[in-house]
Amino acid sequence: MSQTILNDDSLTFAEKIISIKADGGKKVHNAGEIAVLPGDMAMAQDSTGPLAIKVFREMGVQKVWDPKKIHLVIDHSFPAPDEKVANLHIMIREFVKQQGVRLVEGSISHQHLLENHVVPGMVLFGADSHTCQAGAIGAFATGIGSSEMAAVWASGKLWVRIPESIKINLTGQFKKGVYARDIITHFIGMVGEDGGNYKSLEWKGPGVKNLSIASRACISNNSMECGCKLSIFEVDPVTQDYFKTANRKAMFEIHAGSKAHYKEEYDIDLGTLDPQVWGPGNESKVRSASEFGDDHLDEVFIGSSTNGRYEDLQVVGKILKGHKVRAGTRCIITPASRDVYERAIQDGLVETFLESGAVFTNATCGACVGTHLGVLGENETCLSTSPRNYVGRMGATTAKIYLSSPATAAASALEGHIADPRSYL
Amino acid sequence: MSLPAPSTIIRGRTWVWPDDVNTDIIIPFRFKARTNDPVEMAKYAMYGFDPEFYKKVKPGDLFVAGRNFGGGSSREQAPVAIKYSGVAAVVAESFARIFYRNSFAIGLPALEVPGITKQVKQFDEISINLQDWSVTTKDGKVYHALKVPEFLRGLMREGGLVEYYKKHKSFPWEGLQATASTT
Repeated sequence: MSQTILNDDSLTFAEKIISIKADGGKKVHNAGEIAVLPGDMAMAQDSTGPLAIKVFREMGVQKVWDPKKIHLVIDHSFPAPDEKVANLHIMIREFVKQQGVRLVEGSISHQHLLENHVVPGMVLFGADSHTCQAGAIGAFATGIGSSEMAAVWASGKLWVRIPESIKINLTGQFKKGVYARDIITHFIGMVGEDGGNYKSLEWKGPGVKNLSIASRACISNNSMECGCKLSIFEVDPVTQDYFKTANRKAMFEIHAGSKAHYKEEYDIDLGTLDPQVWGPGNESKVRSASEFGDDHLDEVFIGSSTNGRYEDLQVVGKILKGHKVRAGTRCIITPASRDVYERAIQDGLVETFLESGAVFTNATCGACVGTHLGVLGENETCLSTSPRNYVGRMGATTAKIYLSSPATAAASALEGHIADPRSYL
Repeated sequence: MSLPAPSTIIRGRTWVWPDDVNTDIIIPFRFKARTNDPVEMAKYAMYGFDPEFYKKVKPGDLFVAGRNFGGGSSREQAPVAIKYSGVAAVVAESFARIFYRNSFAIGLPALEVPGITKQVKQFDEISINLQDWSVTTKDGKVYHALKVPEFLRGLMREGGLVEYYKKHKSFPWEGLQATASTT
C-alpha cells in the first residue's frame, strides 16, 4: 500500500507521509482529516522539557515508549545563567539517567538533529516551535507543547490534523548579497504572521536546486514565523549528496503528486530580491536594507537556529575581515552547534571575528531568547539574525528588534546602523 | 496543584486583546524558563502588555482576542499562565496552531469564533457553553465556535491530558478512526 501512496499523483507531501505512517499505510488521508501518527523521533529542550517531565510524572507513566528515539537537548540557556535554570537542567539530567533517553548539551536542538539524526521520510515531534526545520530534508517535523510531548514519550503517538498545503515556486538566482533568509523574510512579509497557520508549506521550483541544505534549513526553520505546521523541501540531488556524507539513510523519499491540491500558490523570483529587513518589531513591514536610515544599533546578534550555521559564519567572516565593528555597537556571534563552533575555530573564522572586535560565544540559542549572552536593556536597539522580533523577546519590553540575514547583520555591525551588505562583498 | 475541570457554562467579564498576541507577550521566555510552577508562571501572564496584569485579573475572567492568538513559541507555559492567573476561557478570531493544541492539552477552553472582537467590549459579561461550543454576548446573541472533534471537546471537559490519562489510563485519540473535521 505504501508504494501506491508514494506514487499517488493527487496527494500533497503532508497527505502522503501521514497516509504512509498512520494506520500502517492502509488508508489515504486527505487534508482536513484527523489521524493518529506514530513518531520516529521526539525532542524536547531545556525550556519545554522540564514541564514535560513534570506532566509525564503526574500522569503516572513509569517508562518512556522508546528511549533511543527520545532526545533531550539543553540549548536555550546553556550553560545555566543562574540557579533557577541550573535546577531545571538538573531535573532534565536526572530524567535522562532514569529513562535512558538521549541527552545533548550545548548545541541547538534543531541543528544537532539535522547534523546527526533526522532523515527524509521521518516523523519528528519536537517541543519547540522551530522543529519544522527538519522539513528541509523532507521529514514530517512539527512543534508541539510539553503535555503532548509527555503523551508522545508515553505512547509514541499523537493526533494530527492533515494540513492543507501552500506551494511556493522559486525561480531564478540570487543577486549578490542575498541569501535564504531574505527569501523567508520576504515571504512572511507577503503572507503575514498567520499566513501559514495550520498549513504545510512546500518549497518547489527550479530555484530550489540553488539552495544548500543549510539554506533550506534556514527557510524551513523560519517558516514558523508565519505559523506553519510543516515547511518542506522534497529530497533532490542536493539532499542525496548531504546524506551520502552524513552516513544515514532515508526512510522514504516522498514527492508530492503533480496534481496535488494546494490551497494557495506563490511565485518568488530569487533574482528580484534585495537584502530584507523586518522591524522594528513584528508589527512593522518588511523592507529592503537600503531603505533604513542611520539609527544607531546597540547590538548586532548573529546566531540562533535560523542563522547560526557554518555557511552563515563564513559569509560573516568574509564581511568582517579587515574591518572593525563600529564603536558603541556590540557584535555577538553565537554558533548553532558544537560542530559549527569547532569548525569556526579550526578554519580561522574566530580569529577574524575577534580581530574585528566581535564577541564569539559557545553554541547555544543565546541572545535570541533574552536570558543570557546579550540581553537587551531599556530602549536599546538590536539587529538580529534570530527568528523573532517580538516585544520583550531579547530582554526589555522597550527594546527594538530588527531581523535580517547574517550578511546584512555583519555589514550593519561595521556601520553601527542597518546597512546593505553588498558594498562589502 | 491542579485546577478543577472547567464547568459546562462559564460566565465572566472579558479582557479584549488585539490580533497577533504572541507567546512572548503572554509570558516572556526569561520568566517561563526559570520555573515549573504554574502559580509562579501566572505572575507573568500578559507581561508584555501589562506587568501588573496578574494583580488586575479576577478569577473567572475571560479573554476575547483577535486573529492568531498565541503565535510563536511552543511554550505550554503561555496557556498555563493564563489559566492559573484565573482566566476561565479564551475566545479568539483564530488561534496559532501550537497554542490551540496546548490549550486542549492543559484544559484551558479555547473557542475559535470569527468576528467575535466586533461583538464584545472590554469588561462585557459574556457566557461560554462547552456543551454546544458557543458564546453568548451581553445582548444575548449566540455565536457558534468553529467545530472541534468530539475527542478534543471531551479532553477539554475533563481538564486536559494529565487528568484524562489518570482517569482512563489512555489518551483520548487512541483507537480513533480517521474522521473528517473542520478545525
